[in-house]
Amino acid sequence: MKSKSKIFFQGASDISPLLIPVVPFGIIFGVIGIELGFSPLLTYAMSFIICGGASQIVLLQLVSGGASSLVALTSVSVVNSRHFLYGAVVSEYLDDLNLYWKSILSYLLYDQSFAVSYQYFKKNSNNINRHYHLLGSGITLWFIWQISTLLGIFLGAIIPDELGLSFAIPLTFLSLLVQDFKKLDHVFVMLVSGLTAVIFYTIPFKAYIILAATIGLLASLILSIFKKRKI
Amino acid sequence: MWSTVFLAGLITYFTRFSMIAFVKKDMLSEKTRIVLSYVPSAVFPAIIFPLVFLDVNETLEIVGNSKIIAAIVAILFGFFSRNVLITIFSGLISYWVLIFLLKY
Repeated sequence: MKSKSKIFFQGASDISPLLIPVVPFGIIFGVIGIELGFSPLLTYAMSFIICGGASQIVLLQLVSGGASSLVALTSVSVVNSRHFLYGAVVSEYLDDLNLYWKSILSYLLYDQSFAVSYQYFKKNSNNINRHYHLLGSGITLWFIWQISTLLGIFLGAIIPDELGLSFAIPLTFLSLLVQDFKKLDHVFVMLVSGLTAVIFYTIPFKAYIILAATIGLLASLILSIFKKRKI
Repeated sequence: MWSTVFLAGLITYFTRFSMIAFVKKDMLSEKTRIVLSYVPSAVFPAIIFPLVFLDVNETLEIVGNSKIIAAIVAILFGFFSRNVLITIFSGLISYWVLIFLLKY
């Protein structure tokens, strides 16, 4: 049986290729935070306390646009709801752990660490130290995210506003969808959600993300019924 | 603002924790899983579209909007490469070319 540290470092090395897009994402977040007028400390604190790129950018975007905390937090919840899907697949491999381990690993369960460690769990389901893989991949990602945010905060003070780097926000989210560009049903949901957001952008309380996501999910629900009937 | 950040952190942590601690394999029905798999496609465009199509005055800007052209370039590069970095930088570079070189 492989030692705990060996599994930890395998997790760290397995996640490495996925870290390449994380670095510019973190830098962009730091730069935008400063450009939108948040203090360096508050911008960094988001990366430490929330540690989720999409949640952090939605929060920055809405709060700087004048949304209330309630709307900003509801929008963050909507963005986070994708996490529930992972639970269905990853929990069976972490079931035997005590609450202490589960608490720590929860802080380290990101899209990327989930992806690589789930692959490892599937292949090593009888290894009782398998959770060290997620510890390794998660800590590595956490560390890179902190460093790149700090770098962005530093650069945010230097980079001129004229570069229009805030355009990197929609581009970053666009890049998270590239895997689904070739699926027509997904593209349909994207268009429904996006157009709803544009049409209803000026509704009160900046609730457009909540509304558009809800309508997008309703479209998904209808598609899922259709999908089942086809099979 | 600090309390909002802490609450957002709690919400994010809770969704991660609950999936390890409470969500079990057979808890989510097949249909729920299918719908959840659409969450990114249902949520992210709600953030993307207004930032691309609306101008600073929050009104629709189609003609002379360099962000739309740059976003289309990014979508094309993303479609063919399926690469996150290429998508971001093709969009950003074409945006800079449009606004600085072509003064579009």
